[in-house]
Amino acid sequence: MSLELRGITKTFGSFTANDSIDLKVETGQIHAILGENGAGKSTLMNIVYGLLKADSGEILIDGKVVDISNPSDALNVGIGMVHQHFMLIPVFTVAENIMLGHEKSSKLRVLDLDQARAAIRAISEDFGLQVDPDAIVETLPVGIQQKVEIIKALIYEAKVLILDEPTAVLTPQETDELLNTMRDLKNKGTSIIFITHKLREVRAVADQITIIRRGKVVAAVSPETSEGELASMMVGRAVDLSPEKYQHEMGGAILEVKNLTVRDALGAAIVKGVNFHVNAGEVLAVAGVQGNGQSELARALINLEDHIEGSILLDGEEIRGASIKDSLHAGIAFIPESRELDGVIGSFSIAENLILDLHELSPYSKGINLSAKVMQSEAEKRVAEFDIRTQSILDAVSTLSGGNKQKVVIARELSRPIKVLVASQPTRGLDVGSIEFVHERILAERDAGRGVILFSTELDEVIALADRIAVMYRGEILGIVDSKVTREELGLLMAGVTSAKVGAE
Amino acid sequence: MRKIRSNVEKRRLQGVVIISTLASLSFLYFGILKPGKEATTFGFVLNNEWVIIKEWVISSQTGARIFSIISLLASAIAIAALKKGRSISVPVAVASFGILMSFLTWIASGKFIPFTGLLQGGLLLSIPLIFGAMSGLVCERSGVINIAIEGQLLASAFVSAVVASLTGLSWWGLLAAPFAGAAISFLLATFAIKFSVDQVILGFVINVLVIGLTDFLYKKLLIPFQNTWNSPPTFEVIPIPILSKIPVVGPILFTHTIVVYLMFVIVSGVTFTLYKTKWGLRTRAVGEHPTAADTVGIDVNKLRFRNVMIAGFIAGVGGAFYTVGSVGAFGKEMTAGAGFIALAALIFGKWSPIGALFAALLFGFATNLQSTLSIIGVAIPSEFMLMVPYIATIIAVTGLVGRVRAPAADGIPYRRGGAH
Repeated sequence: MSLELRGITKTFGSFTANDSIDLKVETGQIHAILGENGAGKSTLMNIVYGLLKADSGEILIDGKVVDISNPSDALNVGIGMVHQHFMLIPVFTVAENIMLGHEKSSKLRVLDLDQARAAIRAISEDFGLQVDPDAIVETLPVGIQQKVEIIKALIYEAKVLILDEPTAVLTPQETDELLNTMRDLKNKGTSIIFITHKLREVRAVADQITIIRRGKVVAAVSPETSEGELASMMVGRAVDLSPEKYQHEMGGAILEVKNLTVRDALGAAIVKGVNFHVNAGEVLAVAGVQGNGQSELARALINLEDHIEGSILLDGEEIRGASIKDSLHAGIAFIPESRELDGVIGSFSIAENLILDLHELSPYSKGINLSAKVMQSEAEKRVAEFDIRTQSILDAVSTLSGGNKQKVVIARELSRPIKVLVASQPTRGLDVGSIEFVHERILAERDAGRGVILFSTELDEVIALADRIAVMYRGEILGIVDSKVTREELGLLMAGVTSAKVGAE
Repeated sequence: MRKIRSNVEKRRLQGVVIISTLASLSFLYFGILKPGKEATTFGFVLNNEWVIIKEWVISSQTGARIFSIISLLASAIAIAALKKGRSISVPVAVASFGILMSFLTWIASGKFIPFTGLLQGGLLLSIPLIFGAMSGLVCERSGVINIAIEGQLLASAFVSAVVASLTGLSWWGLLAAPFAGAAISFLLATFAIKFSVDQVILGFVINVLVIGLTDFLYKKLLIPFQNTWNSPPTFEVIPIPILSKIPVVGPILFTHTIVVYLMFVIVSGVTFTLYKTKWGLRTRAVGEHPTAADTVGIDVNKLRFRNVMIAGFIAGVGGAFYTVGSVGAFGKEMTAGAGFIALAALIFGKWSPIGALFAALLFGFATNLQSTLSIIGVAIPSEFMLMVPYIATIIAVTGLVGRVRAPAADGIPYRRGGAH
């Protein structure tokens, strides 16, 4: 089944999310739609799926115009969608989730769960997607939940499957598995629309690539196009995929961590007596698979954890046990892992978010009053300096894209006098342009002689930015290695294998 | 995950510790330190059961000891069950019952406790609570908070009294009441779903509106023209053949008016449909994750609207119980906060029909216990007795029922593309 879009336009107020987009997905092809966050990919797909109504334009299935005004219409013409945020009910079983919306009932109007289980098993076998129909969805790993979503679409006999940023939440192995599933589906005749901003994946599976920038189709290219070209078309200018790192003189240790242990509420050690130091003018990356204590270690460095033992010396002074405010003012900048939860207050304005840390100090406050004028002039300055894209500094931060939210966090944290920057997963979920910006900023701090601790699960990022790399495994630092280490060696360390070659510091 | 599980375990352990402590205290205090001097009499007869168990006389001290020991044994079983990771609800329930009985035999030393009457009265007091809780359940499982239960009960109590008075038939009162409840629901549904008004505030405002309206009409119509407007006939008690003759159980469960039997029908109906039918699956889906329901073609707001209306009908029957189902005449603000207790029962019962049923029964029983004790004249001020069910709720919610989780989308209006 082929799907064609002609002149799809959608505006929200004065903002044009989709500007007369034309697109054709051929039968049995994987068609990638590539674009930065906020380029209008999700809006376009929500229109195809009937969740949003286009202002103008038409949708054609096999050459015939169809009217899709709600998800039922989309399902009826054979369009299925796997949403970026899963559309699964966490407390339901797999079978309940899959039967929802087209339930079959047996006698006495009782739900026929057996029929649903059988249908799931049939699809599981056909497409090699193994799931237990009676498992509760919230207990399943993300990768399996995604399979449930795919089965859900297939059970409606979807001939065109939309996958909206499907790899954003997956581990590398799960991603590979998904890419294989996509190839299988394609071979069985399903057309796939693959929405993403990850270049490597696009080149691996796509048959055709359409690039969208600021709501417009800017190019339709083949997967042979190089990553650099794809990135620059996506962002609209030349993009530096691996940032330039200059050699320079390092200072002495600016942050020393000795025997640091972090415990959870029940007393179990999450971080187990780690030792390391960061020099002034150095990026120390802490790598590791998600969930090995990195988050807790990062939070402990500004005393954001409740049970911390050991010693944290900032420029020779003990800061462990200090209040968070004192830790910040002692010279630590902190970019938290979840900017939505911990980085910004969504309903506050950009200007307010920019001075959250300093609001009680002069010149932002006089007595019990906040000075709106100083706040705003300062905010204007920061917005310009950090290139935060917004219509007004008085807009709520929640209206910004992920990249711009992160810029607000960075602008706030780097505008105090600081000695050390602690950045926890600073590029997670960001688009190429924003990642580039964050990387530049991190290196700029390093070059200005500050110590940087970068917590990241992205190997490429770690290798590109770090001067030294510490690998965490089960709460311990297994080794601190030079940045010239190979990916294989790092991978082994991350899996908990210590070889003779890499010595602990 | 590990953290959550062990927190639940910790809470269960706390619950069991509290129960065993209470059991030991009741043994010590009621059985040894301050024993009742005289015998306690429990009465069991209400009417024409087959076997007449007239009354049961027991020494207050011995009785208190026996029940405390039962309670202690049950606590021990609960601890064993906890260690093996099995369900502790049955032994905990037995232990609580033992403590309660121990207390009763102690406090009524030298007095007469109408045991069957205590339970039957408790059931009757909980009838409107149960209807109210079912109304709240049907709303909240689909994601609309229903604070307006009080208003639904009061409006339907009023309407059923008036209609039954005017027609002279209690049946007309019972038939009209659900429509009064539904009218209140219509207000709630329209503003909450169509106009996304804050549901808690909306519910309160509706309650105040209904109280004001019924007060006004009561003063201007029902008092001056009591004979035509406020003298409704009530339903006869219909004993169920055979079942009503079972000793103790018969009078408690099977000797009632039609409204009480309707309660049994509605609770089983809601339980069955919520978990076994298409409507139930969709209702729960819409209450948990409306966007997910929308993406598979379910009209979220239509379903919610319909559920709120159904809830109004259910609460309406409960309202009719106040007038044609029991006392007859309508009285000013006669529901007296029952709608809020019903809401508490819903939460205590973890948003499940059976849980809410038992919670409501507990509240009804405690209220009746309080009035029974003040009638037989015990030393404890009745206000303290009134607090007991709520203290029990707090202990139970923190310790025994485990994690209480409201439907995830409860109270959040659904707008397409609005929820990310």
